[in-house]
Amino acid sequence: MNPAKDTLAMSTTEVDLAPVQTGQSITVMWRGKPVFIRKRTAAEIEDAASVDMSVLVDKEADEARVQKPEWLVLVGICTHLGCVPVGQKPTDVKGEYNGWFCPCHGSHYDTSGRIRKGPAPKNLAVPPYEFISDTSIKIG
Amino acid sequence: MASGERTAFENPVVEWIDSRLPIFTMMQKEYGVFPTPKNFNYFWNFGAIAMVMLMIMLVTGIFLAMHYTAHTSMAFDSVERIMRDVNSGWLIRYIHMNGASFFFIAVYIHMFRGMYYGSFKKPRELLWILGVLIFVLMMATAFMGYVLPWGQMSYWGATVITNLFSAIPFVGDSIVTLLWGGFSVDNPTLNRFFALHYLMPFVIFAVVFLHVWALHVTGSNNPLGIEPKGKQDTLPFHPYYTMKDTFGTIVFLFIYAFFVFYAPDYMGHPDNYIPADPLVTPAFIVPEWYFLPFYAMLRSITFGVNIYIGAGAVLAVLAMIPVYSKKTNKELNIGAMVGMFAVAGALFMLGYFAQLKNGAGEIMLNLPLADFFFVSAKLGGVAVMFGSLLLVALMPWLDTHGIRSARFRPLYKTALLVFVALTFVLGIAGGKPAEGLWVYIGQLATLYYLAFFLVILPLLSRFEKGRDLPPSIHEAVLQGAK
Repeated sequence: MNPAKDTLAMSTTEVDLAPVQTGQSITVMWRGKPVFIRKRTAAEIEDAASVDMSVLVDKEADEARVQKPEWLVLVGICTHLGCVPVGQKPTDVKGEYNGWFCPCHGSHYDTSGRIRKGPAPKNLAVPPYEFISDTSIKIG
Repeated sequence: MASGERTAFENPVVEWIDSRLPIFTMMQKEYGVFPTPKNFNYFWNFGAIAMVMLMIMLVTGIFLAMHYTAHTSMAFDSVERIMRDVNSGWLIRYIHMNGASFFFIAVYIHMFRGMYYGSFKKPRELLWILGVLIFVLMMATAFMGYVLPWGQMSYWGATVITNLFSAIPFVGDSIVTLLWGGFSVDNPTLNRFFALHYLMPFVIFAVVFLHVWALHVTGSNNPLGIEPKGKQDTLPFHPYYTMKDTFGTIVFLFIYAFFVFYAPDYMGHPDNYIPADPLVTPAFIVPEWYFLPFYAMLRSITFGVNIYIGAGAVLAVLAMIPVYSKKTNKELNIGAMVGMFAVAGALFMLGYFAQLKNGAGEIMLNLPLADFFFVSAKLGGVAVMFGSLLLVALMPWLDTHGIRSARFRPLYKTALLVFVALTFVLGIAGGKPAEGLWVYIGQLATLYYLAFFLVILPLLSRFEKGRDLPPSIHEAVLQGAK
């Protein structure tokens, strides 16, 4: 019952980042899952980098979660039970740490996608990706 | 089953068949003259009612499958087509949809009957376990059926529930991929759920057959919980209980029909009339009402098992071991037990508050080693949810009291009614957002649920005296049941 070959074949996605403005987020599909790509503002990067590690549930430094500090790429699936957190649109609730908020069971994620409050055990996953040019990435 | 001695039938066709396959002899023995205690109350209708519901679900389900398309791009529309264009499609679907709820209502009452009158006790343990197995199979079937219309609740319910399996250490993620047949809930998932949703009712049917077979070996329990001693205590199943069951079934079907015709979506969720969208989670995901108590228990475990909670649990088990073992009451050291429970409770509270955050997001109690978890909160929740079903199956060995019926066990009766009330509270808590007071109410009710099975039942089995039992069903009936 494991994934069939055609399902496995659909396993990479290329994204053009040129139109994304600073402070904007886009959602792309990868393996049937949403991937959040946010071009972070300087303030958001500063927020994420300055967090004291001891307050984190799943201790990861911001530098370890990004390849270029302004581009944050995350699998947009809450690590609790797989809902899609909100916070992509400017009008969305972003939670207490200004990142994302999962409406199902109330997990709050920060501007690095790290779990800060709520039942989720882990940070939002960073998918394997690479920059194939300055303005495009290949996920998967 | 019914071979051997056989009396001839007068009707030549019946006799021709029966002499080759004694099906009429069997029906006569098992449903005609079958000796049944004569003091049944209306709680004893619900087995037959559940059987009728299973038949209704099978028949309507087969007709729905003729019009349903199991593909993500067409499933939602095919269900809408059933509602609008298929002849009487709306009726068949509403019967099926509400039928699931009423099947669960019948089965929950049937289970309560078994608990209240001690029907699970020796010699009916296997009968009880087969019943719990039917219940678990029903839950799996109902869950997969709810996914098929491919609305928002279908999709997100499926996502949340399949993700439960990711809590299993090491192999969890591989199991989830295996369930999905992909990297998320998608077309392969829908296809297999449809295949299994069609298969499972027949598996249930087979287990129901075993359940009824086991029942006909031990015979029915009754409201007094004492075995019939002779002919004066029983009535033939037909016509006495065929009539009583028919009457009860008709009353039940009236209530069911009211919902089908006047409030068909009352027990559903409006979000399931929005087509599934993998990019948008509904603001509030709730399962169907019959899963809510279990869902509440899943969400109540907001804390992991750290060294303090682990030590508390080990101590509580140590305190209970003498109760579980075959020691006599005199050998039990009550003082030591109470002391161990007090220390266990204190350790548990320490471990709990060392994880609880106050309004400002700070940990309320800083303790060394408190943030190292043997069992994560997520795995703990899943274990409690599945464990809560296992405990029901183990009831015959947790409640070993010699008296079956709660009528003669006032303490058990109180504990059981509190258990039922708190299960309703869990149901309400499961339907609310997991925040504020409801989290704590859910946690306390979950604690009672677990304690009821693991602590209260074993203790009551040993220490409850109970009232005097009547000498026989016949005499109790003549005197008027108290």
